[in-house]
Amino acid sequence: MGLPDASGDLSSEMEVDAFRRLFPLRYFERHLSESIRPDARPLGRARDTTLALGAVASAHGSALAKIGSTTMLAAIKMEVMTPSTESPDEGSIAIDFHMPPICSPIVRPGRPAEAAPVISKQLSDTISSSGMINLKELSLVSGKAAWMAYLDIYCLDADGALFDAALLSAVAAFSHLQIPIVSLNDDGKIELISEEDDGAKLEVEPVNKEKRKLTLSSIPFSLTCILHKNYILADPTAEEESIMETAVTVVLDSSSRLVSFYKPGGPVLAHTSAVQDCVALTRQRVKELQNILDETLSGMEID
Amino acid sequence: MESERDDGRSPSQLRPLSCARNVLHRAHGSASWSQGDTKVLAAVYGPKAGTKKNENPEKACIEVIWKPKTGQIGKQEKEFEMILKRTLQSICILTLNPNTTTSIIIQVVNDDGALLVCAINAACAALIDAGIPLKHLAVAICCCLAEGGYVILDPTKLEEQKMRGFAYLVFPNSIVSVLPKGSSHVEGEPMEHGIITSVTHGVMSVEEYLKCLERGRAASTKLSDLLRRSLQSQLPSDSSKAV
Repeated sequence: MGLPDASGDLSSEMEVDAFRRLFPLRYFERHLSESIRPDARPLGRARDTTLALGAVASAHGSALAKIGSTTMLAAIKMEVMTPSTESPDEGSIAIDFHMPPICSPIVRPGRPAEAAPVISKQLSDTISSSGMINLKELSLVSGKAAWMAYLDIYCLDADGALFDAALLSAVAAFSHLQIPIVSLNDDGKIELISEEDDGAKLEVEPVNKEKRKLTLSSIPFSLTCILHKNYILADPTAEEESIMETAVTVVLDSSSRLVSFYKPGGPVLAHTSAVQDCVALTRQRVKELQNILDETLSGMEID
Repeated sequence: MESERDDGRSPSQLRPLSCARNVLHRAHGSASWSQGDTKVLAAVYGPKAGTKKNENPEKACIEVIWKPKTGQIGKQEKEFEMILKRTLQSICILTLNPNTTTSIIIQVVNDDGALLVCAINAACAALIDAGIPLKHLAVAICCCLAEGGYVILDPTKLEEQKMRGFAYLVFPNSIVSVLPKGSSHVEGEPMEHGIITSVTHGVMSVEEYLKCLERGRAASTKLSDLLRRSLQSQLPSDSSKAV
């Protein structure tokens, strides 16, 4: 191949593991020039993705998403609150993303991870601007009571493409969400009807008998790609992210509209062709993820 | 067909820009940058010895501290810090001063839309003032997508809130140094058309995003010329002060 520096000559005589540790970039480039990645994936293929709903029994909606070994657990808790005066007939959503020390050797106990608030901001921006959830559906009594949905996402294993996995788990948790039944008591206050005495308290009329599920329109899905020279690597692992630093995250909704094109710096410039390639890869991935979500949801209904 | 803006600007007209360097005496480099009523002050300290934990000691480390106009730093500011850090990392020559940290402090003076864009331009001017070697400049621009599908540039805060979506885009400026033929072009596109940073809000079609890119590029060329002129004109006064 005629590599310019000494590592090229060494590659033939050195053990593979030693070469990988000493010259990580060369190691990857040798793979990329053969259109393959060290984990045997082609460049544009994402890792195996699985989704499980209802992982947290105490939450009103929850999901566990795995992309390769990146694992995210999302859970939604609903609480009744008084809506703000500017939007009296809308509920609200609070999203928090946590990176506990178990998820990665980079995160130290006691010191919050730098990436966590950024991803949590990205998630709330994406979910609000995609218009997936109609906040009016979270209203109970206009001006008096509305739902506050607390979505907490825990990263259990951080092995690259954190945002993709977090968004998938968030979307799945919202589609699994079962809104609790509430009723208006004599004082005009909202109170929860627990599942057990559902039959006994039939004289109290539930406020939200019909509205137990949210209708999700134009669900957003995302794909993170690494740009390195002319190569585009879909769904990077943590190792790939640390060696090749230019990441692009594209979020498309189910009708192929662009929700976000996120490239925070990085040494490689994204030219128009790279932008279009990333969008094309994301289009494919959105179809895959939509199928996975649909299959998981239909699997739930059978049970 | 294209509606007039509240302040009477045409869609692709920027607000009045002003850039002043060397505004702080204790900092190694400083700059203030304003676009209309948005104003940001940037200070550079460094390179100082040592890097922080989890940073590669074989490279120079860049640290960004964002100070909002009032109140505590929140998620939004953390995100700005991260975007700014990654953007500046891509224009600095990090291998030149390994195992050092350069701190960039951004103080928001007033926010009237396109805040991040203003901060990136200010930070870039402050790095030049500090004499830190850069590969090229970063030129940031904010494109807004209005209801009718047309693009307006450099929005005010009110316009930012009203619009369907907006994109913060950062491009490299054109370099005037002599390069081997062809190296400044990538796949038929000039280098300054590549995106360093892109952050979007709101839903748009892919075509609309590409349209934003095109308009952003056109405006960034003008902006980078202006930046270059304003930085050059300040050089003689600097050297006279040194004497």
